[in-house]
Amino acid sequence: MKKIYDLVIIGAGPAGITAAVYSARKKMDPLVITKDIGGQASLSGDIQNYTGYQFITGPELAIKFEEHMRKFNFEIKENEEVKELISKKGTFLVKTDNDNYQAKTVIVASGKRSRELGVTGEREFRNKGLTYCATCDGPLFAGRDVAVIGGGNSALDAALQLTKIANKIYVINITDNLTGDGIMREKIRADDKVSIFNNSRVKEILGDSFVQAIKIEEDKEEKMLDVQGIFVEIGLIPNSDFASYLEKNERKEIIVNQRNETNIPGIFAAGDVTNVPEKQIIIAAGEGAKAVLSAFRYLSTRK
Amino acid sequence: MYKKIKVYGVPTCPFCKMAKEFFKGKGFDFEDLDVSVNQDLAKEMIKKSGQMSVPVIEIDGEIIIGFDKKKIEALIRS
Repeated sequence: MKKIYDLVIIGAGPAGITAAVYSARKKMDPLVITKDIGGQASLSGDIQNYTGYQFITGPELAIKFEEHMRKFNFEIKENEEVKELISKKGTFLVKTDNDNYQAKTVIVASGKRSRELGVTGEREFRNKGLTYCATCDGPLFAGRDVAVIGGGNSALDAALQLTKIANKIYVINITDNLTGDGIMREKIRADDKVSIFNNSRVKEILGDSFVQAIKIEEDKEEKMLDVQGIFVEIGLIPNSDFASYLEKNERKEIIVNQRNETNIPGIFAAGDVTNVPEKQIIIAAGEGAKAVLSAFRYLSTRK
Repeated sequence: MYKKIKVYGVPTCPFCKMAKEFFKGKGFDFEDLDVSVNQDLAKEMIKKSGQMSVPVIEIDGEIIIGFDKKKIEALIRS
């Protein structure tokens, strides 16, 4: 007979790690299953609004989180991806790409990931000129021509970072106007290196071993732009596909109430994967704590 | 045991920092190579790894793309 955990936590970003720390202190014997540690927090640049740290970078904060989590001796399954979450006679079955686990309660804190374009060439040229992380890979495109896909804050932020590095920057925006903050829009429009293509969608990524060009459609007219780099910044989607029995909103975020309860008693959710308003590190962390306290209450009423 | 370790990265990249912290934490010396200031190093990294994302980690001639803890741990233990 396989062990039945009090609590399985899916994800180890700010919400999952905080949940893990709280549950360990409650002696709940948690199991953490996660693809990576730190989640999106580890991809953040400078953080100046996490209480207690006047200034810390994303990776540094993620390392602090990890240290705090590893102080306790509960099990952590790293590099493991949850494929299915099934409700089974009062317990839950968590199926991963490696094993199956049984739990009395589950906290889903699997966060969000970058949205993909879904065009030909995207998978093929990933990390071969096409990237979802301008902060990471931007500096490799010194003196090159690049395209930034998107028109919101993250796209404009990427484009502005690239004005200091790249030669020419094409901003490919699907709506009729950029939507990011005014200050950034002004800076982008004033920069000679930047050309903006509004009402434009990406059709295809082309190249041989690395990216060489991007095909776009601007107002129904196809254009080919020679670029060596492509930065995709078209928002985020929740990692919620495995939780097919949970109620979600139109953005695929898991719907939770103020106590982080989902529509299935015993399954809770926290952080960016949920419909909580505002996606912030400190909010995700707080939500993780709330979810554990709810799970603890749920367990104690059933004993 | 002595291992020759190189970390190709850029100063802004989160996983480069994590990789370097990881080696420091384990007490391993490594060459910290900033490909954002040196185009020759960038070319060398792209040639060795066949791709353009950072970090790229080299341990005794073996190439690891990204901060892949499992692979790194296997190589530094061997």
